[in-house]
This record gives sequence, structure tokens and C-alpha cells, in this order.
Amino acid sequence: MTELSERIQSVISDEPVVLFMKGTPEFVMCGNSGRALEALRAQGAPVTAVDILRDPSIRQELQDVSGWPTIPQVFVKGELVGGADITQELAESGELKRLLEEKLGANYTDGAEERVVDVLSSAAA
Amino acid sequence: MAVDRLEFLLRDAFPDATELSVEDRTGGGDHFQVTVGSPQFAGLSLLDQHKLVNGALAEPLRDGTIHELRIKTKGTAA
Repeated sequence: MTELSERIQSVISDEPVVLFMKGTPEFVMCGNSGRALEALRAQGAPVTAVDILRDPSIRQELQDVSGWPTIPQVFVKGELVGGADITQELAESGELKRLLEEKLGANYTDGAEERVVDVLSSAAA
Repeated sequence: MAVDRLEFLLRDAFPDATELSVEDRTGGGDHFQVTVGSPQFAGLSLLDQHKLVNGALAEPLRDGTIHELRIKTKGTAA
């Protein structure tokens, strides 16, 4: 396992909600990443974002870790929820909120904030 | 053409599809919306349904044919 994939793995397992996306929440670089972000925001979820455009190796290593071929990817409590379409569908049906409550506790929106972590530097997460 | 290739791969993976379409969303031949209705999806989570579609399209996803993929799956009665 490379150092990078270890860092990706630990962000996934340590952070309540992780969004691997193109760009950052402030500067979204892809429509699908934006859709996943908005779906999470609509539930008031705490979002830890990883910008995969920082380096091509992030996408490659992430794909090896998750087995999911496309970006974005949403994880809750270490488990892959899916890409933009699934996240949006689950948000619209109310299932995303139920999932967040079940995994993170009913008051998961308390103090929820968005942050960006850098998996390229060893100081990350 | 990419649309035909994707449709061929999906028909191969979901021979019993009740609904199957591939739309080139931008006309550029690399942003696609695929819709598949199949009894294969019955009882599966959305994640597992999408995994089947991603699996069917693994090659064009890997070789860069697909730049962006949107998936809509529908579980239907057999």
C-alpha cells in the first residue's frame, strides 16, 4: 500500500462524511461534484472534501481503494454511498438523511462544517 | 460511435432490459446519460445497481471514452 492510498484510506475511515470531488466546495470544477455536494449540503451534513484534481495519482489510488470508477465519490462512516446520481437520488427520497442519522446520530447537523483536506501532504487528517 | 458502443455493452450485460438508453448529453461523445431498467436490479441497493452498470462499462470508463457518466437504474419485475 502506498503512503497516498493509506492517507486516502484514513480520511475515509476517520471523517464522518467524505466527498472526493473535482475542485473544492468553494470552487467546484465539475457539475457532478457540485450535485453531490449540494445533496449533502441540503441535509446539513458535515462535509470533508478532497480535491482529486490536485494530482492524477489521487484519482488512481482512490479507485483502487474504493473500486468505484468515477468522481465524485461519497463516503459516510467509511462506507461508499455512491456517486452523484445515487447521492442525489437518496437525498430526494429522504434516505440520505436517514442514513446520516443512523450512522452519525440524530443531531449530526450540530456544528457541521465543510472543510478540505489535502491527502498529498503527510499532515493531512 | 461511442453511444453505439455503450449501448452494445449494456445490451450484452442486461439482455433482459425492459428499458435501455444511452444519451450523449453534450454532443461531444464523452458525457453520457445511461438509463437501464432491468429485473436484475430487483432487490439490489442503488449502489449495487450502479456497480452493475459501471461493471458493464468498465472498458470505456478505463480507456477514457467516458469522461462523465450519469446513471439511472430502474428495477423492474421479471
